[in-house]
Amino acid sequence: MTDVIVRATGLRKSYGKTEVLAGVDLAVRRGSIFALLGPNGAGKTTTVRILSTLIDADGGTAEVAGHDVRTEPAKVRTRISLTGQYAAVDELLTGEENLLMMGRLLHLPRAPRKARTGELLERFDLVDAAKRPVKTYSGGMRRRLDLAVSLLASPEVIFLDEPTTGLDPRSRQDMWQVVRDLARTGSTVLLTTQYLEEADQLADQIAVLDNGRVIAEGTADQLKSTLAGEQVELHLADAGSYDEATRLFNGTALHKDPERRSVSVATGGSAAEVRLLLNDLADRAIAVERITLRRPTLDDAFLSLTGNKR
Amino acid sequence: MTNAYWAVSDALTMTGRGLRHLTRSIDSLLTSIILPVLLMLVFVYIFGGAIAGRDAYVNYVVPGIILLCCAYSSTATAVGVTNDMVTGVIDRFRSLPIRGSTVLTGHVAASLFRNAIATVLVLGVAVIAGFRPNATAAEWLAAVAFMLLFVLAMSWLAVCAGLLARNADAAGGFTFIALFLPYLSSAFVPTSTMPKALHAIADHQPITPMIETLRGLLRGAPIGNSAWLAIAWFGGILLVSYVGAGLLFKRRTA
Repeated sequence: MTDVIVRATGLRKSYGKTEVLAGVDLAVRRGSIFALLGPNGAGKTTTVRILSTLIDADGGTAEVAGHDVRTEPAKVRTRISLTGQYAAVDELLTGEENLLMMGRLLHLPRAPRKARTGELLERFDLVDAAKRPVKTYSGGMRRRLDLAVSLLASPEVIFLDEPTTGLDPRSRQDMWQVVRDLARTGSTVLLTTQYLEEADQLADQIAVLDNGRVIAEGTADQLKSTLAGEQVELHLADAGSYDEATRLFNGTALHKDPERRSVSVATGGSAAEVRLLLNDLADRAIAVERITLRRPTLDDAFLSLTGNKR
Repeated sequence: MTNAYWAVSDALTMTGRGLRHLTRSIDSLLTSIILPVLLMLVFVYIFGGAIAGRDAYVNYVVPGIILLCCAYSSTATAVGVTNDMVTGVIDRFRSLPIRGSTVLTGHVAASLFRNAIATVLVLGVAVIAGFRPNATAAEWLAAVAFMLLFVLAMSWLAVCAGLLARNADAAGGFTFIALFLPYLSSAFVPTSTMPKALHAIADHQPITPMIETLRGLLRGAPIGNSAWLAIAWFGGILLVSYVGAGLLFKRRTA
């Protein structure tokens, strides 16, 4: 109980007739990285905006760092930072001016403000660009500056709304490293993402959000294991065999792909079991070209959870 | 440190931001400060001779130019507010432990500064061009107070326009109204020279009493009840815009 730093219970929010959140429950442990995973329009951003006091929920309660977001928003704001989907930095000011201005608005005294600005410019590799207006920055640099701004006050809880959307692979890797470092230094990170890989890579705990509801929650491994253990993917030699195989596994196939003539079925993964399966197929004159054994990915879990079966 | 201390400190920080923007964006520097001076020169040296003779016209037109430059400047305010609202920067400000509306106060304060600079410049150039105000110290003070009221009212109105606009281009459309009204007033020619219908409109719109008041204070023309009309108009606009800006800000960020 004492370990939970963000707790939401039954959050609801509608815009007009559209229900965006239909009762969201979350519990984030102190010092962990928590990923809110879901497709566009699932309600991720709305959840983050409620937790960071930007908007009020229509129903439900939320507590962040021991304070209710509705009744004590000012107290919550001193303990958190929010980095939104769009880099929230002032385009016309330089990187350094952005940091100094935000430091002043955070009421940091002059000396620590300057020291922290220098430190953050260094840490986010922005020293060379410090005196340039932000409008000349690349996407990755803006995100880094944005994150640097949000770390000025050493917040306890850091909300990152889609921190890597629109970044190139290299910048994404950098951002992941930054997030890991944050958690290592004791901050709690709540991030939203639509990339399974990102949640898999970073998060200690994942909540899958779909249509305004948490439809699954757990570690990446727990979510993966909600699916069958191993899968064997059969690549059939010709169209006739593919049709035969789909008929044979009608109802039990996890996955069918007529283009590649492949069918996936669940298996325990033992050699004996696979041999039996292949013998059975050979008896039925179904020609198998190749087989692949694979563990389910978080993608499989996600797609099966959100009901978008391929 | 008290809350009041921080409220003032935050507002000053935001004002500093607005002033930095002024020096960074050539657009707003041009429209807020250089253009009014150019307009002043155009009216005095190009139109002035034809309208009333240069020396007489410069004395007539200065109050109008000052108000016109404020109208330009308020466009920069509207665009600045819209840009803050449509980029993520407003969320950043709102997630800070400060009052979100301090952003708006900052824009208005920056607008006051811009106008002060532009007005002093316009007056300086006007004097070189032959403007000879004969106001007493008390009249100058009153004139400054009226200009302040005008700028405050127009700036808060611009904030409302900025909060209503969905993008910076739409906010820029505010220029059109703000710029059109001075032309349709006694700013550049006496309203009695206009066609009857326009004359009626020009006489009863808010800019005319403001111009007549400034003209009276700076050059000793008769003021009549223009001063009270100007106070009523712009006091009213200020009040409505200020309250409206607060409501629009809440709605826009809900």
